[in-house]
This record gives sequence, C-alpha cells and structure tokens, in this order.
Amino acid sequence: MSAAALGAEAAGYVSCTTCRLLSRPALAEAPGFCPRCGAELRLRRPRSIEVTWALIVAAAILYIPANALPVLTTTTLGSEESDTIITGVIYLYRSGSWFLALIVLVASVMIPLGKLVALSYLCISVQRGSAKNNHDRTRLYRLVELIGRWSMLDVFVDAFIVALVQLKPLMSVEPGSGVVYFMAVVVLTMLAAQSFDPRLIWDAHPPARGRHG
Amino acid sequence: MPHPALDTIACPDCDLPQTIPPLPPGGSARCARCHETIARNPSDPIDRPLAFTVAAAIVFLIANTMPLMGLSAVGREATTTIIGGAHQMWLEGSELTALAVAFCAVIAPGGHILFMLTVLLAVRHPPAPRWVGDLLRFAAFMQPWSMNEVMLLGILVALIKISQLAEVVPGVGIYSVGALVLLLAAVAATFDRHVVWTHVEWADGTHPPSDPYTRSGAGVPG
Repeated sequence: MSAAALGAEAAGYVSCTTCRLLSRPALAEAPGFCPRCGAELRLRRPRSIEVTWALIVAAAILYIPANALPVLTTTTLGSEESDTIITGVIYLYRSGSWFLALIVLVASVMIPLGKLVALSYLCISVQRGSAKNNHDRTRLYRLVELIGRWSMLDVFVDAFIVALVQLKPLMSVEPGSGVVYFMAVVVLTMLAAQSFDPRLIWDAHPPARGRHG
Repeated sequence: MPHPALDTIACPDCDLPQTIPPLPPGGSARCARCHETIARNPSDPIDRPLAFTVAAAIVFLIANTMPLMGLSAVGREATTTIIGGAHQMWLEGSELTALAVAFCAVIAPGGHILFMLTVLLAVRHPPAPRWVGDLLRFAAFMQPWSMNEVMLLGILVALIKISQLAEVVPGVGIYSVGALVLLLAAVAATFDRHVVWTHVEWADGTHPPSDPYTRSGAGVPG
C-alpha cells in the first residue's frame, strides 16, 4: 500500500480539528476560520515538532528531581522518614503488596520514561521524513495519549495520604519537595503528547518517491 | 463550493479524506489507511448520554461531599474528602501540586459533566445556538484532565498504604467515585460529539444543521 501524502491538505482542503468539517482554506498560510464551528483552522498543529521537543526536554530535566527528591515525609513521634517514589515502591513490595508495587512502578516510573522515549522517537522519525512503520508509529502515538494520565497516580496517592494522616503530634505526613516536580513531569508529558500532530507521520513521501532522492 | 459534502471527512490521525457510508445504528467506521475509528452512529446519541450525565452529576455531588475514608489510631479519628486532598497539600506548602490535584479531581470532571449536561439539553431541540458549540469545545478540553479513574486507583493505593500505619475505614465517597467512573465511561460510550455538531447552528450563519449521513442535500444552503 502506498504511503504517499494523500492527506486532505494535499487535496486542497483543511480539516477542522474541533468539529472535523472539511473546508477550503482561505489561504494556505492563513486558512482562516471554520465556517461551522468558528474555530481557527490550521493545516497542522502550529510548530508541532518544536513545541513537542521543548516539552519533552523540560519534562526530562524535571524527571531527575522528581525521582531523586522525597515525595512524602512521615513523622512518627518526632522521628522523620522520607520516601522517594522508588523507595515508596520498595516499601509497598516489602510489606507484601507486590501487585500494588508493580502498579505504582509502572505508572510512576515506566510510563513517564516510556512516554519521553516514544515521543522523542516520533519527533525524530518525523524530522527525518521517515515513511516507514506508519501504522506502528500511529498506534504508538495513540498508546502514549491513552496511558499518559495514569502517571498522575502517585500524585493522588500522596495527596490523600497527606490529607488523611494528620494526627499531630503523634503521626503526620507532609508532601516532600519532589512531588511538585513529579506532577510537572506528568503535566508536561501530557501537553507534549497533545502538541504532537500524528498527521505529520503520514505527510512524508515513501523513499522510492522521495522528493530529494 | 467552500466545503465538500458533510459525509466526507478527513481522518484526524492521518488526514486521509474519505466518504463515510450510511452507518447502521450502533455501527462505526474505521479509517481506510490508519484504522482509527473515525465515525460512529450511536443508536440514541442524545437521550442516552443525557441520562448517564444526569446520573453522573448527582453521583459527582455525593462523591465530593461525603467522606472518602476515615482513619482511627489510638482513640483519635480523622476523615478526608476529595477536595481535602488538595486542601491539605496547599496548607503544607505544595500549592502547585494542590492546584493540579484540585483541577484533575474536581474542576475538570465537574466542568466536563456540567458542559455535557448543558450541551445535551440544548441539542434536544435543534437547531441549537452557536454557544452550544463553544461549550462542547470546553467539554472536550476538560476531558483528558478529568482523572476520576486514576484518582480511584490512587485512593485505593493510599488506603492500603495507610492501613500499614493505622486502621482505615472506606467511606461513602469511595463507592461514589467508583460509580462515577462507570457512569462517565457510559457517557463516553454512548456519546458522539460529531452528532452534536450536526445539530448546531453554523458559525457563518449560512447553513442550517443537516444530517451528515444523508447524502442528498447535505451542506446545501437551504
């Protein structure tokens, strides 16, 4: 099956990302507004790859303090104990909840890391004009969009533990400095996935018909 | 002609334009190139999601007012609600995290339910005015940030973690969040936003709403 650019854009139409009406753009550079829903028309998400890269880099930098700094500090009768995400997972595993430990490990460590790797791969492949594995790359993008929200799990866990365990001076739990970085990683990777335009995957010509040989 | 017939759409994932054949009730169509589901024809696209949304709105109010869980240790007790999770984070100095939790746990789900309720009530008598489209757009913006199912799992993990330290009692709130997750899944399964767009007055004022799956006369100014 040919993977040549067969998009609506090539056919001289612009598809509204809000209501999906196909219409003729006013100008290729400034397509104007959708006649049905009034949303601003764009042939592709503006500066999709650049914005996605910026968010990936920002999230990758914040991923370090998110994992190195404690997310929870438990005070029991004057003695303090701090937990990072990974020591929290180890604690769950040691206390016999290996299944929960696995869920938190996947949601908090593997999904954010996997998203960063997957989005980087998608950006690089689009920038190189790759026309291979289009189906797999589209499927990968959908997966990234679908599972990204689950990384917020640990933020909710921390919030509800902090909210409930407030029996001062006996025992109390405070949020650590790492939780804000972790939350930022999740939000930034979700925004990165939203700014990537999957239609760019299908815009490239196959090598045999490459424009520049 | 400024736009092709309304049954021709471009795949949102790969931009391939294609004409959607008339679909049987409950049927759906996949993109010929990338296999994404690009059109659905839910059998009862307004009233069914409306019923689930009304139920979700009621359960949302219960979930946000009743205690999620309680804790008792050496004769002292404490309870928390959903917004309590964000509130305590704020008090402890993690304001940004508190805002994110409040947005994903309360504001986005609440906004999504409220906008969906308004949209579905308004399109029962087409043509719906233009602001219905704007509300639908807000609802679509809120949806990815509405994380009830993630929150439910988070509450359960928190419950098990705390149970190592003290005795915890699950409250009415947890069951309500569980019901809310199911109801919102039912809304998503029975609703198709493209059906709503066919019931809304056009921004340019030239076209009356028409059925995209009727070939003849679709998109022709009446």
